[in-house]
Amino acid sequence: MPLWLEFCAFVVRKMPPFIELRKVTKTYPTLQQETLLALQDISFEVGQGEFVSVVGASGCGKTTLLKIVAGLIPYEGEVRIGGEPVKGPRQDIGFVFQQPVLLPWRTVLENVLLPIEVMGLERSHYEKRARDILQTVGLAEFVDKYPFELSGGMQQRVSITRALVYEPDVLLMDEPFGALDAMTREALNLELLRIWRESQKTVLFVTHSISEAIFLSDRVVALTPRPGKIADTLTVNLPRPRRLETIQTQEFGRLAKHIRSLLGIGEEAGGIE
Amino acid sequence: MKGMAKGPDRWWGGLLKAEWLYSLGLFVILMGAWELLVRYLEVPFYLVPAPSGVLVALKEGFSEGLTSRVGFYLHIYYTLGEALAGFVIGSGSGIILGTLIAQSRFLGKVFVPYLVAFQSLPKVALAPLLVVWFGVGMTSKIVIVAMLTFFPLLVNSIAGFESVDRDVLEMMRSLRATRWQIFMKVRFPSALPFIFAGLSMAIVYSLIGAIVGEFIGGRYGLGILITQMSSNMNMQGVFSVFVVLSLIGIALYLIMRCIERRVVFWTSRSRDVIGL
Repeated sequence: MPLWLEFCAFVVRKMPPFIELRKVTKTYPTLQQETLLALQDISFEVGQGEFVSVVGASGCGKTTLLKIVAGLIPYEGEVRIGGEPVKGPRQDIGFVFQQPVLLPWRTVLENVLLPIEVMGLERSHYEKRARDILQTVGLAEFVDKYPFELSGGMQQRVSITRALVYEPDVLLMDEPFGALDAMTREALNLELLRIWRESQKTVLFVTHSISEAIFLSDRVVALTPRPGKIADTLTVNLPRPRRLETIQTQEFGRLAKHIRSLLGIGEEAGGIE
Repeated sequence: MKGMAKGPDRWWGGLLKAEWLYSLGLFVILMGAWELLVRYLEVPFYLVPAPSGVLVALKEGFSEGLTSRVGFYLHIYYTLGEALAGFVIGSGSGIILGTLIAQSRFLGKVFVPYLVAFQSLPKVALAPLLVVWFGVGMTSKIVIVAMLTFFPLLVNSIAGFESVDRDVLEMMRSLRATRWQIFMKVRFPSALPFIFAGLSMAIVYSLIGAIVGEFIGGRYGLGILITQMSSNMNMQGVFSVFVVLSLIGIALYLIMRCIERRVVFWTSRSRDVIGL
């Protein structure tokens, strides 16, 4: 390794974690005056520019966790982004929801520029940026179309562009490809990796797909349900840039198997021959 | 819409034309049967007129001068004026009050019982009272129309504001949008399709209101013309006014739907070809 690269690696390692969660707990009141424990003592960190996935079965509280980081719901414990405690929604975060949540009366471009209008930023500067990102996600011809004229995959691309347009440092993604078919999903996974590589964002990604989590991430946090607890955090040592063939490697299979056993999937079925 | 595939559009267009042809054919058959029945059975003209007689009456009504009291124009002017003025006042205040009520749960809880009580009262029952209060001129009719059109808009705008997608609100919250921004950029546009559905309903009610008001009393208007003609046993004339009224009703409704399709173009109702 050349010296300058080693130095860079040293600096990266010495940087404080960008997103920090310390003993994050979330309880919901229920009708019978009891409380439902949704998340218990969640602690992990995401370094600057790192891609971390949270994987778990439906209902394990992973969406809740992401919304806590986004400042959308109150919580107990400590969440810091860039050293600052999270007290509410912040404008240095881009949130991509499960559904595209586009406004049907706005064109693609107007939807992408919605955050710019809301934040009172200079439209002319960001319009160019919006068009550039739309071009890179293959929507250059669709800037003036309305959401109902686009496919589900295209709508989700618009939604990602909207989260990127105001240049947030952090991208929080809540199963953004969960509603798409397998082929569109693979294409968008590759596209997301490319965007991430070019933009150097810190990404926290939530998914119920183990292979999607491994394929995308530097590290995977496995969450077990009721209450949501961290089973383990794994480092994914697969080389980048990743390609679809990466999924067929032995290392990939080993990681997937490990996460599956952490989440308790396939144990019952395993005994039957 | 601009980007929709041309093929299916044309196919629907073709179907639409076929439907129109069948409708027209049915109309010709019905009219012919009516004409034949009236002539063959020798139904007295003061009970049921023949379509040909109605046509004659229509022609007479439209060939009178603009200010003639036996022609249509003067009466159309009054009835349409009352209907439109009442429509604007009634639906406008319905939208404004509905919008205000929808912004606060408290206001909603305070107002809704009264609104439900008032809504369940048949408004036309108030017509005689309103003539006593506001006289036999246009004002009493405008008030009746305003009351009839107020409720569809009130109810629909409240429903519209409540129809806002929760995920969209959360998205706006994640961008730290202000209450006003959320209202202007999300809540109001979301409510618009409901408001327009209410408006297409109200425009039809407005004509009913004006006619009912005129039945109670007054000097000009198509409702007055109907009462005068039927007391003279002029059934041809009465039927010709019916035709005029339904033409006005259809025209008002179609204009409303055209505006709706332009303003709230994103709804499936607006994109539905058969809807218009």
